[in-house]
Amino acid sequence: MVFLRTALLVLRKDVAIEVRSREILYTTLFFAVSCVLIFSFAFVREGAPPQEAAADVAAGILWIAVAFSGTLALGRTFERERYGETLKALLLAPAPRPAIYVGKLLGMVLLMTVAELVLVPMVALLFQAALFARPLLVSALLFAGTVGFAAVGTLFAAMLIRARTRDVMLPILLYPITIPVIIAGVRGTSALLTVPPDEAMATMWLGVLTSFDVVFVTLALWTFEPLMTE
Amino acid sequence: MIVDFDRVELADVSRHFGRRRAVTRVSLAATRGDILGLLGPNGAGKSTLIGLLATLVAATSGSIRYGDRTAAAAGPDIRRGIGLLAHELHLYPELTARQNLDFFARLYGLDARAAVPAALESAGLADRADDDVSAFSRGMRQRLALERSLMHQPRLVLLDEPFTGLDDRAVTLVTDRLRRIAAAGAIVIVATHDLDLADGLVTRMAVVRDGRLIADEPSGAGLRNRYRTLVTGGGGAARA
Amino acid sequence: MRKLFLPLTIVTAALFAYAPIAIANAPYESTMLLIQKIFYFHVPAWIAMYSALFVCGIASAIYLFKGRVEADRVAVAAGEIAVLFGLIGLVTGPLWGRKAWGVWWQWDARLTTALLLELILIAYLMVRKYGGPGSEKLAAGVALFGMVDSVFVYKSVDWWRTVHPKTSVVTSLGETAPAMMPAFALCAVAFVLLMTLLLMLRVKLAQQQATLNDMYLADEE
Repeated sequence: MVFLRTALLVLRKDVAIEVRSREILYTTLFFAVSCVLIFSFAFVREGAPPQEAAADVAAGILWIAVAFSGTLALGRTFERERYGETLKALLLAPAPRPAIYVGKLLGMVLLMTVAELVLVPMVALLFQAALFARPLLVSALLFAGTVGFAAVGTLFAAMLIRARTRDVMLPILLYPITIPVIIAGVRGTSALLTVPPDEAMATMWLGVLTSFDVVFVTLALWTFEPLMTE
Repeated sequence: MIVDFDRVELADVSRHFGRRRAVTRVSLAATRGDILGLLGPNGAGKSTLIGLLATLVAATSGSIRYGDRTAAAAGPDIRRGIGLLAHELHLYPELTARQNLDFFARLYGLDARAAVPAALESAGLADRADDDVSAFSRGMRQRLALERSLMHQPRLVLLDEPFTGLDDRAVTLVTDRLRRIAAAGAIVIVATHDLDLADGLVTRMAVVRDGRLIADEPSGAGLRNRYRTLVTGGGGAARA
Repeated sequence: MRKLFLPLTIVTAALFAYAPIAIANAPYESTMLLIQKIFYFHVPAWIAMYSALFVCGIASAIYLFKGRVEADRVAVAAGEIAVLFGLIGLVTGPLWGRKAWGVWWQWDARLTTALLLELILIAYLMVRKYGGPGSEKLAAGVALFGMVDSVFVYKSVDWWRTVHPKTSVVTSLGETAPAMMPAFALCAVAFVLLMTLLLMLRVKLAQQQATLNDMYLADEE
C-alpha cells in the first residue's frame, strides 16, 4: 500500500509541476510533430508515400516519432530532478525506492500517451493511414510499446543522472536495447494498416510487446535500488 | 515499523572513488542530545560523511550503525528517523512552498494538514506559503528546506552547511531550533566551515582533513584556535 | 585457475593448428563451395561472443547485487572480449555474403541481431569509459539489461525477417550437414577455449590494476 501511495504521490507531484509550466509537454509535442514532418519529406514523393510501402512508412514514422520524442522527454524530466538534487530527497524517504521508479514511469507513460494522442491523428491524416480501422488493437500496441520503452528509458535516465555525459549516453544506451519494441510496434501497426488488416499478426506482435513489458519492468524494479545508491 | 535508536556510530568507515580516497577509516559516534560539529576545510570529506550517514552513499569498508543495526538490516524504515539538509536544498522551484512541504509530508506518511502549517510557521514563511520557491531568496529557501527536513521529527538530523545565505536573525532562529531539538533528544550532526557559528552551537567537534578524522573532542573555549592548529599544524599523522 | 592456463594454451594452439586441415577435409557445401568454409570460423566467433555476453551479464548481476568487485572485473573482461569476437563475426559475415550472394548486407536475422548486440556491448564499454565516477555500477545495469534483451532482440529480428518472407537473395547463413560436424565442433571448441584464455588474461590485468590502486590508497594511509 505504501508502495502504491508513494508512486501515485510522485506522479501527482510531477503532473502538478508540469501543469504549471507545461514546458516538457509543449516541447515534446512540438518535437514529435517536427519529427513526423522531417520524415515525411524524406519519404513522400509526388504527394504520397510509395504505394506498396505506405503502411510501413506510416507505421515507421509514427513509432520513430514516439521513440525520439520519448527520449527527449526522458532527458528533460530527469534534468528537473537533477536540478535541486531532488531525486536524492526522494531516495531518502522511508518509502520503498522502487516505488519512486514506478511513479516516474507512470508519469513518462502519461506524457508519451499525450504525445501519441496528437501523433496518431496526424500520421493518419498525412499518410491516409487507416489507424482508426482497428482502434483497440492500435491503442493496445501503442500502450504496450510505450510502457516497454518508458520502462527501460526511465531506469536508464535515472541511472545516468550522476553521469557527466548523460545527454548523449541516454540514446546510445536506450535505442539498441529497445529495438525489439520498435520492431514489434512498427510491424504490428503496419499489419493493421494493410488492406484488410492482419489482426493475427498484430496480436502476435502485441504478445511480444507485453512479454517485453513484463520482463523489463520486473528487471527495472529489481535493479533500481542498487543502481541508485552510490 | 518504527525504527528508533539512541546512537549512531561509524566504525572504521572508508569510501573511495577509484583512486581518490574521500573518507579514510573514520570512527565516530554521536548520541541523543549531541550537537556534533563536522569541521574541516573544503574537500575534507564532510559532505561524503553526511551522505554516508544519510544512507545515500555506501561505504567501501567499515560499518555504520543506527543503534545496533546497520542501514541494510533496518530496511527502508530507518530513513524515517533520518532528516537531511544538504546544500542542494532538495526543493522543487516550480512548486509553491506549501506544495513542496505538502508533497514531502505525504511522502513521509505525515498528516499534511497538521504538519505543513506548523512547518511554514517555524520557517517564518506563512505569508509566502503560496509563492513559487523559484521566487525565494537563498535564505528563504534554506529556512524552508530546514523545516522540510525536520517535519517528520527525525532522530538523526544531518545538516550540510545550513547557515549559507542566512542573515543574523535567521542564524539565531536556526541555532535556537537546533538546540531545542537536540534537547528534545535528537542527534544533530552539522557539517560546516563557519567556525564562529559552530563555536556557539556545537557540543562536540570532529575535525576532518583529507578524508581523515584528526580530532574528536568536546567543544568549548578556544575552538577556533584549536581548529586552526589541528588543520594547519601537525595534525597529519594523528588519528582520533 | 592459473595452473590451467598453460595446458589450455597448448590445447587451444593445437586445435587452431589442426583446424585448417580439418576444414580443408570437410565436404564442400553444395551451392557455395569454397566460400562456405568461412562458416567454420564465422559461427564459432558468434558462439564465443554469445558466451562472453552471458558471462558479462551474469557477472554484472553478481556485482550489482552482491557488490563483489571481482565480478565487475570479469564483467569488463567479458564485455571487451565479446566486442572482439562480435567484430570478427561482423566482418566475416558480410565477406561471406558478398562472395556467396553478391551483396554485403541484406539484413539476415542472425547478422542483424549480432549487430544490435554488438552495439549494446559497445554502449556498455562507453558507459564505463565516459560515465564518470561510479560508472561501473551503471554499466553493470546496462550489461544485465543487454543480456536479458538479447533473447528479445533475437526473436523479434527473426520474426521481422521470416514472418513475411521476402523474395530476396537468401534466408540464412549456415546449415550444417552431418559431415561437417567434426570440423565445426573442433572450431567451436577452439574458439570457446580462446575466449576463455583471453578472459583469464584480461581478468588478470584487471586484478593487477586493482592491486595497483589499492597500493596507491594504502600508501596514502
